[in-house]
Amino acid sequence: MNAATPRTLAEKVWDNHLVVKGENGEPDLIYIDLHLVHEVTSPQAFDGLRMAGRPVRRPDLTIATEDHNTPTLNITAQIADPTSRTQIETLRTNAKEFGIRLHSLGDIEQGIVHVVGPQLGLTMPGITVVCGDSHTSTHGAFGAMAFGIGTSEVEHVLATQTLPLKPFKTMAITVNGRLRHGVTAKDIILAVIAKIGTGGGQGYVLEYRGSAIRDLSMEGRMTICNMSIEAGARAGMVAPDQTTFDYLKGRPHAPQGADWDEAVAYWSTLATDDGATFDAEVVIDGDALEPFVTWGTNPGQGVPLSETVPNPADIADPNERANAERALEYMGLEAGTPLKEIRVDQVFMGSCTNSRIEDLRAFAGVIKGKKLADGVKLMVVPGSARVRLEAEAEGIDKIVTDFGGEWRFAGCSMCLGMNPDQLQPGERCASTSNRNFEGRQGKGGRTHLVSPLVAAATAIRGTLSSPWDVE
Amino acid sequence: MEKLTVITGVGVPLRRTNVDTDQIIPAEFLKRVTKTGFEDALFQRWRQEPDFILNREPYSTGTVLVAGTDFGTGSSREHAVWALRDYGFQAVIAPRFADIFRGNSGKQGLLTAVVPEDVVERIWGEIEENPGTEVTVDLESRTVTCGSVTSPFEIDDYTRWRLMEGLDDIGLTLRHENAITEFETHRESWRPTTLPVR
Ligand code: SF4
Repeated sequence: MNAATPRTLAEKVWDNHLVVKGENGEPDLIYIDLHLVHEVTSPQAFDGLRMAGRPVRRPDLTIATEDHNTPTLNITAQIADPTSRTQIETLRTNAKEFGIRLHSLGDIEQGIVHVVGPQLGLTMPGITVVCGDSHTSTHGAFGAMAFGIGTSEVEHVLATQTLPLKPFKTMAITVNGRLRHGVTAKDIILAVIAKIGTGGGQGYVLEYRGSAIRDLSMEGRMTICNMSIEAGARAGMVAPDQTTFDYLKGRPHAPQGADWDEAVAYWSTLATDDGATFDAEVVIDGDALEPFVTWGTNPGQGVPLSETVPNPADIADPNERANAERALEYMGLEAGTPLKEIRVDQVFMGSCTNSRIEDLRAFAGVIKGKKLADGVKLMVVPGSARVRLEAEAEGIDKIVTDFGGEWRFAGCSMCLGMNPDQLQPGERCASTSNRNFEGRQGKGGRTHLVSPLVAAATAIRGTLSSPWDVE
Repeated sequence: MEKLTVITGVGVPLRRTNVDTDQIIPAEFLKRVTKTGFEDALFQRWRQEPDFILNREPYSTGTVLVAGTDFGTGSSREHAVWALRDYGFQAVIAPRFADIFRGNSGKQGLLTAVVPEDVVERIWGEIEENPGTEVTVDLESRTVTCGSVTSPFEIDDYTRWRLMEGLDDIGLTLRHENAITEFETHRESWRPTTLPVR
């Protein structure tokens, strides 16, 4: 690559990690700076190493946490479900055998893997991050190249600290203007996915740019990058800037002293060069965005909350129409119903999309001094044990319990219902998580994806509501 | 991994788009710690519907799945590939696949063949009209054949070569071990390390 050629952020990080350039159609070999591990996608990878007699090449670039199966109540009791327990115990055995740092249930750094990395300052600009989890895209908010991998690739990274990869295409998603009060990062990304579709980002690394993105906090940028995978993209990125540096400085694993200065100098060169070209471009008018909500069973089936449930008959593509019909049937919705008239049974505030301290603060700010709607259950699940403590120090736990909600321990929880936190068949939930697939939050459960502010307003009114409705 | 050249088997029409990995294998099965024995978990929710395609003969014995666009979206779980493989599928044909799913498939010897949407429609026509019709996926010539339909399919050269040679990825990478070690000597000190615990 000619150094004078203008390059995008993604291309710069890629070039910087090239171990071997692939020839004759072979993929490039890319070095991995940070490998995050959790209990669900790792047991078979460790097994593979054991069978081949291979060690973990760089335990010092690897870190594990327990999140998907962990209970959010009675965390000191033995995990009731034997299969969940086995998975967690298997991770503990493997971490010990292979010398990997593990944050177990009860540890202050335990939590959702995508909350833990940034919170420790391990996630930083200009690095490559992988994890056997599709929402690894979250870490791209720092200007890292971060993507989810399968279990075979987990084994590959454990054994070699590299991955054979084909270069990705690049797509610029520019969000201009300023978000209105009550409109958040979650609404941006739901609008992006509704616009480009669940396959629209396929093969691309998305770079989020523009004034509305620059104005976001790191938490907001993480929310957006997190859901890049819901648009089909491998990764999402935001160029690092002062907001990024301020967030990182002083965290346990952030560089210090001369290393910090060297790092910041390098990180400041990462932004996409003027004149660099993207393979595709999408522009969104941030001024016009409203609070969003999904009505169907994939994250692309979303509309502004002020609208009505769409009519499948209006969809031209026959497959998409059939999909929409099936989705409405599953969701128990009639076309033409105003979204704000839809009653919910539960509100879930959590997941790696929206469970950081800022998300909890925003949620608490809306519900403070109010009462939970009759017949609605509310579960608030911080992303990590540390976030939970931080929130408690600010009195957020009290605001939640006074309101009538449940304040839980950290983990993935009802985002995917691998632990006991699940919807009952037919139950409807406004959820700050990232996937509304059939049965995702429990068999027969119905999920509407929303921002923390919409979740809070919905908890107050009992029907899908915008923060504008409760002011 | 076994070498693959030609796959021939009963075609199964899955007339759905956006089949995400939660549908291919629901989360509850991810709790297992083994790498085989996932056949019962494949499309577990849909298989409870009596007229679901895999509950109908002769489709239940199919080895080539023919699906709508955006197959394998959502969660990165490789279990989706294991479940398809354990059930007996050797190839999936669709107009478009999610990237991670496609990568996982290549590693486990499950062939993913991309053909245009109208070809999928025509294959659906053939295998629905004459249940039990076989579909042939030929890696050598990169063609899909089913009844009167013949179409080239897309697969990248590298994956094709690996499937045809039955090569293991880690072994291939370790040919470059010296280059990896050399790369590591230049790794800047500001880059993250997880140990020792700070
Ligand atoms: S919170 Fe949900 S999306 Fe995030 S890692 Fe956990 S299960 Fe996956």
